[in-house]
Amino acid sequence: MRKLLIWLPLGLFLGFFALFASGLLKPDDRVITSKLVGKTLPAFSLPAAASDRPGLVSTELATGKPRLLNIFASWCLPCAAEAPQLLALAQEGVEIDAIAIRDARPDVDRFLARYGNPYSRIGLDARSGVQIALGSSGVPESFVIDGKGRIVYQHVGDIRADDVPMILQRLKDAR
Amino acid sequence: MIAEAGLIALWLAFALALLQLTLVGFGLAGGKQELLGSVRPIAVAQGGLIVIAFALLIALFLRSDMSVLLVVNNSHSMKPWLYKFAGTWGNHEGSMLLWVTVMGVAGAAVALFERALRRDTHMATLGGQAAISLGFYAFLLFASNPFARIDPPAADGQGLNPLLQDPGLAFHPPTLYLGYVGLSVAFSFAIGALLTRRVDAAFARAMRPWVLGAWILLTLGITAGSYWAYYELGWGGWWFWDPVENASLMPWLAATALLHSVTVLATRDALRAWTVMLAVIAFSMSMVGTFLVRSGILTSVHAFAVDPERGTFILVLLGFYIGGALALFGWRVGAVREGAPFELVSRETMLVVNNLLLTVILGLVLIGTLYPLMTEAFGHKVSVGAPYFDRIAGPIALILMLVMAAGPLTRWRRDRLSVVARRLLVPAVIAIFAVALLAWVAWGRIGVLPFFGLVVALAVGAGSIAPLWKRNLRRTPLFTYGMVIAHLGCAVSLAGMACDSAFTVEKLAAVRVGDSVQAGDWTLQFNRISPIAGDNWTALQADLEAVRGGGAPVMLHPQSRFFASAATTTTEAALLTRWNGQLYVVLGQEAEDGRWQLRIWWKPFVTLIWLGGILIALGGALALIGRERRGWQLKWRERAAA
Amino acid sequence: MRILVALIAILFSVSAPVMGQSALPPAPYANRQISDPVLERKAKALMETIRCLTCQSQSIADSDASMAGDMRSQIRERIMVGEEPEHIRAWLIERYGDWVSYEPTANPILWPLWAAPFLLIGLGLLLLRGRIRRKRK
Repeated sequence: MRKLLIWLPLGLFLGFFALFASGLLKPDDRVITSKLVGKTLPAFSLPAAASDRPGLVSTELATGKPRLLNIFASWCLPCAAEAPQLLALAQEGVEIDAIAIRDARPDVDRFLARYGNPYSRIGLDARSGVQIALGSSGVPESFVIDGKGRIVYQHVGDIRADDVPMILQRLKDAR
Repeated sequence: MIAEAGLIALWLAFALALLQLTLVGFGLAGGKQELLGSVRPIAVAQGGLIVIAFALLIALFLRSDMSVLLVVNNSHSMKPWLYKFAGTWGNHEGSMLLWVTVMGVAGAAVALFERALRRDTHMATLGGQAAISLGFYAFLLFASNPFARIDPPAADGQGLNPLLQDPGLAFHPPTLYLGYVGLSVAFSFAIGALLTRRVDAAFARAMRPWVLGAWILLTLGITAGSYWAYYELGWGGWWFWDPVENASLMPWLAATALLHSVTVLATRDALRAWTVMLAVIAFSMSMVGTFLVRSGILTSVHAFAVDPERGTFILVLLGFYIGGALALFGWRVGAVREGAPFELVSRETMLVVNNLLLTVILGLVLIGTLYPLMTEAFGHKVSVGAPYFDRIAGPIALILMLVMAAGPLTRWRRDRLSVVARRLLVPAVIAIFAVALLAWVAWGRIGVLPFFGLVVALAVGAGSIAPLWKRNLRRTPLFTYGMVIAHLGCAVSLAGMACDSAFTVEKLAAVRVGDSVQAGDWTLQFNRISPIAGDNWTALQADLEAVRGGGAPVMLHPQSRFFASAATTTTEAALLTRWNGQLYVVLGQEAEDGRWQLRIWWKPFVTLIWLGGILIALGGALALIGRERRGWQLKWRERAAA
Repeated sequence: MRILVALIAILFSVSAPVMGQSALPPAPYANRQISDPVLERKAKALMETIRCLTCQSQSIADSDASMAGDMRSQIRERIMVGEEPEHIRAWLIERYGDWVSYEPTANPILWPLWAAPFLLIGLGLLLLRGRIRRKRK
């Protein structure tokens, strides 16, 4: 018994050591994913964020064809970096809708004029309410929505050039 | 040239540490006694060299030498000199150099001033200190060289994180590190005692001042850090149960337990193995804390540069030192005889319960801090924060406080329960009175934990002074005063915490120039908002006039500061301290209608939290002086008799 | 004087997009209390236990991040229309998982956390057993 107790501290330490090592080997990605993936999109209705695009209602995302829902903001740098990839996706025939977070119409107009406009509809989420309802934790993020209004995939962070084929595949699989 | 000289000093210190360890090894294990003669001078020289290296790094920062990478990355020539100076340790490499400097200085101090320890244990201790230093020197030299140059030199530096540009940076990290790393001495003592199989009362008496010294500085460092976070983060919180805070709390808990168990060992020759274990745990917690903070495996609000590769290096050191010490413990502690047993009602039991509860809290803080990492391994993200720690550690801490009040009123060896109860009568009456009063005044308005916190603070406050009751105050030894003051400090601090969470008044307001706001008893008049410029920042400053009752108005100037060199905005809270609390005002953003956001808190007696911390450290200092002075007096007397 | 204020205000707002923070003013109840103190206390208690998504290891009650402000505002507004705090917490956990709540949830993966104090105290008593001498007759 005493023997066991004497070696217990070392045993406990080895356990912690293994834990630390695993923490270093697999660093925390710090990404908080939405738990709504696989579930139906929450209902919302947003006013137009840009002068030449309509606003966005959740039912418009369930029209039988998979769509990409992009969460962005004009004040967000990675969103500008992501713009060419979204344009490329639009060229491929992907229908992209967007929600602009904490934004104002003139700013969105300026952003689209500068970086291109791949969106069909853009809803304005001035108080991040819909973003929170979606379980999204930052900008930019993109959701692949299947034809029935179900979220099938969430992409956290900007879509890089090498992510584009994967996104296309996800959209195809969602059919 | 300065950078090269610094690097050379670092290498020389590394070489001397290696030599020190080798000499101790051959001297003790190989039986070559003559080798041991040079160990002490080498330890002193090693300490001197590392101090020189650190001084040279400070010189590089003060001169804004932009050919040194570390200065370029963390400093700026426009910075006020205080932040150039303190900025030396406001980064990873500099703070690690501070770490080894403290370690080297502690080793030199043990070589110079330790007289009570047996010679072989003393030498083994210096060997242990050299062994730990060696790893951290290697870490600096091979993975975090603070003296690296860049060519060509940069035009100017990138500046220091604005959150760190505060006088707190000059005081908090050095004090905390002195305590954190000072515990390495206790660790080396434990290694020395295990190697030479000498764990007894004399060993404990030799170790006690070193533990006490480190603990005092650790207490001051944590207190200062808490106050700094309180006024800098701008939300009125003083403890967030954040991983970095827990990393500093865990060594403190272990050191506090050690401080008490070492007294049991010194006085009654009991708790031998346990005291050695705690000495190992205390510094192990310092190393674990450093690993958690710097490896980036946990997220924290506090500013720290993280780097997984360096994390790996620290993890290897951690495994080597902690694993080695615990293996040595398992191997050798069987040879340590069990100390004297003791009666159920005795001061020994009280101190053992103190140790048990402190260690349980330590274990819970460790588990709680690491729990998200454990669940992450199973692919599940969770958060463990204040609600858990408050609810779990809070009640245990309150019980601990009660034991703390009862302990000094109980005799060593054996006491009678009825007698102890009689000594506790006055505090108990105060507690009952406090329960009744609080129940009458604030029932249902304040939480359960703050409620009992206030009750316990009052009772323990009275109980902690009780050891002085009916004693000749002039003949009471200084270390008894020290204990009384430290215990009183715990009660004072607890009272501050309980008052803050029970009675704080919060007022969030949006005001125009000319408006006034009511927060608790205070009326604040928003007079104007104006821009001002500092050395390396510009700010918007609000001028507020605060009035309470019919008193004279006091001006308050909260700011929103913008630092161009880091493109960051910080809030500078305005604090107004009164004897019964603090008014805390933060200037927020401008709202769309042109009104300004103000966050105002009236925090009754919140300052007691840090006052308590200072009292705890002061008590420790008195105990240290008292014990040491008595030692000198005895020695003089012996000399006079001889 | 006013111009200087405006200039600095511009400086601040220009710097905002660089930092990736929205220039929009905070949501109505982000920094405004509910007038009913009972409801405000309820909301505040909940906010202190909800983790901020865009910052490091902070609750939304002590964060300057705009998303934390939006969450505070949303929580206050929902409490005002009579929603229970635990319902809002469950709603957030449904979206962000247990991570979002500092208050440990009923998830079995968290049970060991509650068992820990009892285990540790039990272990301590086990260590103590036999160390304390029985009272002499």
